[in-house]
Amino acid sequence: MDRTYSDRTRYVLAFTALLAAGAVLIIWNVNAGSVNMTGREIFEILFLNGGEETARSIVWEIRLPRILAGIILGGALSVSGFLLQTFFANPIAGPFVLGISSGSKLVVSLAMVFFLSRGMVLSSAEMIAAAFVGAMLSMGFVLLASKKVNRMSMLVVSGTMIGYICSAITDFVVTFADDSNIVNLHNWSLGSFSGMSWGNVQVMLVVVSITLAATFLMSKPISAYQLGEAYVRSLGVNIRIFRIALVLLSSILSACVTAFAGPISFVGIAVPHLAKSLLHTSKPILVMPACFLGGAVFCLFCDLIARTMFAPTELSISSVTAVFGAPVVIYIMIRRKKEQ
Amino acid sequence: MSGNYFYTDKMTVGYNGHPLIREIEIRIGRGEILTLIGPNGGGKSTILKSITRQLSLIGGTVYIDNRELQALSGKELSQKLAVVLTERIRTELMTCEEVVSTGRYPYTGHLGILSETDHEKVYEAMELVHALPLRNCDFNAVSDGQRQRILLARAICQEPEMIVLDEPTSFLDIRHKLELLTILKKLVNQNRLAVVMSLHELDLAQKISDFVICVKGETIDKAGTPEEVFTSAYITELYGITAGSYDALFGSVEMEAERGEPEVFVIGGNGSGISQYRKLQRKRIPFAAGVLHKNDMDYEVAKTLAVRVVAEEPFEEISEAHYREALEIMKQCRSIICSVREFGTMNALNEKLVQEAVRMGKSVNRSIDILHD
Repeated sequence: MDRTYSDRTRYVLAFTALLAAGAVLIIWNVNAGSVNMTGREIFEILFLNGGEETARSIVWEIRLPRILAGIILGGALSVSGFLLQTFFANPIAGPFVLGISSGSKLVVSLAMVFFLSRGMVLSSAEMIAAAFVGAMLSMGFVLLASKKVNRMSMLVVSGTMIGYICSAITDFVVTFADDSNIVNLHNWSLGSFSGMSWGNVQVMLVVVSITLAATFLMSKPISAYQLGEAYVRSLGVNIRIFRIALVLLSSILSACVTAFAGPISFVGIAVPHLAKSLLHTSKPILVMPACFLGGAVFCLFCDLIARTMFAPTELSISSVTAVFGAPVVIYIMIRRKKEQ
Repeated sequence: MSGNYFYTDKMTVGYNGHPLIREIEIRIGRGEILTLIGPNGGGKSTILKSITRQLSLIGGTVYIDNRELQALSGKELSQKLAVVLTERIRTELMTCEEVVSTGRYPYTGHLGILSETDHEKVYEAMELVHALPLRNCDFNAVSDGQRQRILLARAICQEPEMIVLDEPTSFLDIRHKLELLTILKKLVNQNRLAVVMSLHELDLAQKISDFVICVKGETIDKAGTPEEVFTSAYITELYGITAGSYDALFGSVEMEAERGEPEVFVIGGNGSGISQYRKLQRKRIPFAAGVLHKNDMDYEVAKTLAVRVVAEEPFEEISEAHYREALEIMKQCRSIICSVREFGTMNALNEKLVQEAVRMGKSVNRSIDILHD
């Protein structure tokens, strides 16, 4: 029984470490930026409603919503990646690699340009809806491709191709759309946590928490699904409903991320893998919360770099996540090759 | 077939609405093992998938525990029927114990957290298959034999009344094949399980099964007890064996015999001839064997490998007629092997054959090794 004990210790340590890292990164993110503030100032602004007017509005109106968005969206993206990896039984599946993010991006930018040309601005919910439509379209293509050729490499290749096609069309639309808002659209289409409002945060919080709760309740069938379709069916799971639910939940999560922050690469693959390695298990009931926390920490960290490294110029979030995420993916591929 | 825990009524199976095998009647009771045999691609897996509801039926009905299989809820079915499948599963960071514990799925609550009882069942199941030392090993790191035992434990801790296994012994070496089937047999008796499985190893199928069903093409070719099914002629026909032969009595195979005029005459008996026959077959030398009693084990092998066999009725002394027949064949052979060391009253004339051979100036040896060295 000593093993169970050591497992438990490991889980507690892992979650504590993730929470601690999150806390440190939140503080750091509040603090870092083009306007320097002392710790005392920030404490006053946050908890005593004090501080100077501009500093207060920077913290409350810019940095805090951005941090919260990073946490919520980073977490959602990682869980979405975990679901897709489970669904396709493929360790390098993820919303970005499978072209799902790009599909969302395409439909959102089409919708945005269309509505902007009529002088209307999309609401948060409408953005998510558009992103979801795009996600489902890409997912549909990937599912068709995977039905024809069920190989790990084929799946990723077809996803990447769909991603390129969607990105190309998006670029085309963005380039030829004439509006001042297009600058924002351009930033967004590269992936960024900037410009989040409290209204955005509220909507994403509601959507993501409901979806995550539903996902968490599915951890039992997900864990059985890890043994393969035939076994999960013999355990009495309705495989059709289960698969549909998995596709819908992962698409909603990744659509929500894309709607607000644009396509963000590699988080969906790297974080679930790191979370599993950290916990040394693939039990969904543990891995999914760890994915959420890990995704939040990862995105806070990457966003910190994106906005401070070359301040005042901001990097797109995907360039930073790629630097840290891509090596993990390469590592997974090599290790799998070795195992075969 | 006697039992009625599980039975099918005019079951027709196939893929995508295309019937493959029609009107299958299978019947089995608890505590019995039913084995499907037959050539590759004959439809064994299709039948197994259909009776476990992995594939929908094309026609007919399946009954389990007096209820229609199709009418059972997923949970009800999972508490009656567990499976061990052929496809290799790839896990990630799952210990063997975790793989086994997925069998508790039908019994755990909404989040699938194992209770104390569940943990005990997992422990017991792993103990039954002698897999306790593997509890904390990564499932991907264990050997094929261990993997099959773990998957069997997984099925056991699902506490089913029936287990369906698809080729559970493929990929296993002989030790692990026997180990797995021994455990299975024990389980069937202990837990009064009904077992339906497919096997490639005819010799094992013959010995472990209570009933055997031969699947080939459109219909069930034959069904019955191992004694009814396992005859050399029928197995040869079922699998369409063209090279070599299958001996149903021992469940053994012999390579294709060499044809032509016999060059060597083997005087065998009491099991001493078998290794000589096989050596001659390997060197592709046609030979004759005699005089063998029909109840001698040499006779069974000689029948399939020798060009000619001179045989005597069981428990009778070798007759003068058979002696002469053997002598005639021996005269045509360039050398004689006499693998028997002792002669008794029954085979006294074999000793006379040896003396005759020496008198004729033929080379007479104990073994083919001396002959060719």
